[in-house]
Amino acid sequence: MVKRYTKNPVGAHYGVGDWLLQRLTAIVMAAYTVGMVACLLWHVPSSYADWKAIFSGSLARLATMVFLLALLYHAWVGMRDIVMDYLKPAGLRLVVEAGIALVLIGYAVWGASILWGMR
Amino acid sequence: MSSAPKPRPKYYDLNLAHLPPPGLVSILHRVSGLALFFPILPLLLYALQQTLGSEAGWTHWKEVFSRPLVKLVLLAVVWLYAHHFWAGIRYLFLDVHVGIEKQPARTTAVVVLVLGVLTTALVGWCIW
Repeated sequence: MVKRYTKNPVGAHYGVGDWLLQRLTAIVMAAYTVGMVACLLWHVPSSYADWKAIFSGSLARLATMVFLLALLYHAWVGMRDIVMDYLKPAGLRLVVEAGIALVLIGYAVWGASILWGMR
Repeated sequence: MSSAPKPRPKYYDLNLAHLPPPGLVSILHRVSGLALFFPILPLLLYALQQTLGSEAGWTHWKEVFSRPLVKLVLLAVVWLYAHHFWAGIRYLFLDVHVGIEKQPARTTAVVVLVLGVLTTALVGWCIW
C-alpha cells in the first residue's frame, strides 16, 4: 500500500507570520506618528532645549526605539517583497537581502546610540 | 505543421495615469516605502543626531531647514510618508474586508490620494 502524503505542500508558513507582523508593526508606527505629531503641535520646539526635552523623557526614548524596531521588521518584510518581485537570480537576491538586513540593523543600532548617547 | 503557439505581442501600459486609482495607490505605496527605507530614513536619523548632538548642530540645521528649496524637499518627504501612512490604513481595512468591493475600493483609493496631498499641504502651510 502506498502511504499517502498528508501534508499540504504550501511552504514554510513563515509568510503568514510575516504578513501579520507587518500589520501589527504598521499599527505601532501609526500610533507613534499620531502621538509624535500631537506632541510637536502641543509644544512647538523653538529652541535647542525644547527639542532636547522632547527626547529626554524615558517614555519618549522608549517609544522612539519601539518605533524604530517596528520599522526594522516592517521594512524588512516590505523590502523583501520588492526583492522577490523584481530580482530573480537567487545569488543576487541573497546578496541584496543580506545588504538590506544589515542596513536595517544598522539603523536600529544608530537610532539607539542617538537616543541614549545624547548628553 | 507546427503546433507551437505564435508569440503574442506584449503591451505594457507604463503610464501611471492610466492605472485605476487602487493601482496608483498600490504602486505609490511601494515606491514611497522604498524611498523611506533609503535614502530618507538615514537622512532623518542623521538630522536627529546632528540636532540633538549639540546646540551648534541645532542652529545649523534650523538655518538649513529655513531655505525654501530644503522646505520643498522636506514637503516631498512628508508626502511620501503621508501617502504611505494613509494607504497603509486603507490596506488594514481591506484586510478585514471593509471596503473590499470594487466601487468602495476605488472611492477609498481616491480618498487616500487626496488625504496624502491634503496632509502635505497642511504641513506646508505650517512650515511656511
